[in-house]
Amino acid sequence: MMRARRTRHQSLHHWSATLRRMLSPRTWVTRHAQVALESLGRLYRNPLATLMTAAVIGIALAMPASLYLLLNNLDRLSGSWDGQASLSVFLKDTVPGAVAGKLVDRVRGWPEVAEVTLVTPEQALEEFRQRSGFADVLDTLDENPLPTVLLVSPAQDHADPQSAAAMQNRLQALPETELAQLDLQWVQRLSAMLALAQRGVLLIGALLALAVLLVVGNTIRLEIQNRREEIVVTKLIGATDGFIRRPFLYSGTWYGIIGALLAWLLVETGFWLLSEPVRQLVELYQGSFQLQTLPFVLLLVLLAGGILLGLLGSWLAVWRHLGAIEPS
Amino acid sequence: MIRFDNVSKRYPGGFEALKNISLELESGAMAFITGHSGAGKSTLLKLIALIERTTRGQIHVNGQNVTNVNRRRIPFIRRKIGFIFQDHNLLFDRTVFDNVALPLIIAGYRHQEIGRRVRAALDKLGLLSKERMYPITLSGGEQQRVGIARAVVNKPLLLLADEPTGNLDPALSFEIMELFERFNQVGVTVLIASHDVGLLDRLGYPVITLDHGHLAGSGQQSS
Ligand SMILES: Nc1ncnc2c1ncn2[C@@H]1O[C@H](COP(=O)(O)OP(=O)(O)OP(=O)(O)O)[C@@H](O)[C@H]1O
Ligand SMILES: [Mg+2]
Repeated sequence: MMRARRTRHQSLHHWSATLRRMLSPRTWVTRHAQVALESLGRLYRNPLATLMTAAVIGIALAMPASLYLLLNNLDRLSGSWDGQASLSVFLKDTVPGAVAGKLVDRVRGWPEVAEVTLVTPEQALEEFRQRSGFADVLDTLDENPLPTVLLVSPAQDHADPQSAAAMQNRLQALPETELAQLDLQWVQRLSAMLALAQRGVLLIGALLALAVLLVVGNTIRLEIQNRREEIVVTKLIGATDGFIRRPFLYSGTWYGIIGALLAWLLVETGFWLLSEPVRQLVELYQGSFQLQTLPFVLLLVLLAGGILLGLLGSWLAVWRHLGAIEPS
Repeated sequence: MIRFDNVSKRYPGGFEALKNISLELESGAMAFITGHSGAGKSTLLKLIALIERTTRGQIHVNGQNVTNVNRRRIPFIRRKIGFIFQDHNLLFDRTVFDNVALPLIIAGYRHQEIGRRVRAALDKLGLLSKERMYPITLSGGEQQRVGIARAVVNKPLLLLADEPTGNLDPALSFEIMELFERFNQVGVTVLIASHDVGLLDRLGYPVITLDHGHLAGSGQQSS
């Protein structure tokens, strides 16, 4: 009787102490920090294996990220021309300069037209001579092969594709016109293609995310197998599923973080390598376009994606393989 | 502390390791289970620690019916039981200290508290000088004692020992038994599986005898 009471008291004491311990926020945080560091230490002790897994994740994350960036840049490029849809009207070479001058005044009077610029064959040749580096060749020509061109910008409220197309027809119908060309067309086509390509990137991104899940899942599965003994023993002495799961989930998270950082490094390096050729190309077209590199937000997105995929992948492995390990 | 009511255990292969066992062990008692190899001693201990689950009958541990307890509750029940395994179950990639600390880490003790309790347990088992060593470098008897230290470090209410003296010489066996008696004297219920009949005779505690899964007798061993 005495003994029974003592044990009941002991048991009560035991439970309240356990409860206090579990609810203490400091121990909870330190415990998680400890497990996280332990998992990182484990990865650090196997640098080659860790780096290989992280590299696969890094490459898989870098591909959609760089594709996205590339499209983003192209989109910006087409966007910068979007507002200034313009028409080029090439005049027949039988049209004398004075007639061209009158034509400019006439077209400028149209309500749908904002501005008309006349480019004479002489001006065009001079510009071409300066910019193309073919000056010597041009000097050997005894006749200017370039036509007179009117550059027509539509008024603000006539810049939409339909009005522009109507204007193109009206300009084409002029007797002096050889060809009226709407410069908007390729921009529209590019936009449509970009929209399609963006879909493609999403699809590729989804597939590569799946690949990351499988890579992390498989790596964690191997780790679980390697630590099978330890899992059994800890279960035998009262470890909860959560306790056993935790280090593996942290491992997966670390893989995701390291992979995301590697991806960031890859994208940055790739764009750094591209930046000089792009600058030269843009200079050739007299543009002011600057290649946009990885914005900070995308780094955060990469990190978040890496963490999410790492966590999910390890969760899948843990869910699939930990339950099967039971002591007997 | 422990009550079996018509407990049977059939293993997945169909082999019935325990047949219709009923027994009771009072809180604070100390007793032995004996029987030939394969009689079901380990099985009986495993049923108490919920390492194996009962096929038929009811098991109560510490006043709680654990027969059909949810598997999520099992870890918390095991933490109140110190289990000394027949095959040690030590982790060979960790030091003696870390092995003994494991139950405390699982239960979420603080760092300083862990150090204090682990050293106290190691001291009791004469292992203080070996705390930095790896189990593989220890003798079988020393490994056995590390397993005992790990079982008692959490101050369990119930101590289950499966052949704790299997690898020990008679003198050391007796010392270990004295240790169990000391735990018992401070209120811990102790149940030990052993086929060392000579030792049981000398100690004179209640003995539960198993024979091919049947309860062959329980009572005081004549000395
Ligand atoms: N996991 C298992 N699956 C199937 N049969 C098992 C399992 N574990 C034990 N057995 C069988 O149950 C019987 C009792 O085993 P148990 O380990 O309880 O015996 P024991 O009394 O502890 O023997 P020993 O003294 O050799 O340790 C044995 O015949 C054994 O073969
Ligand atoms: Mg046995």
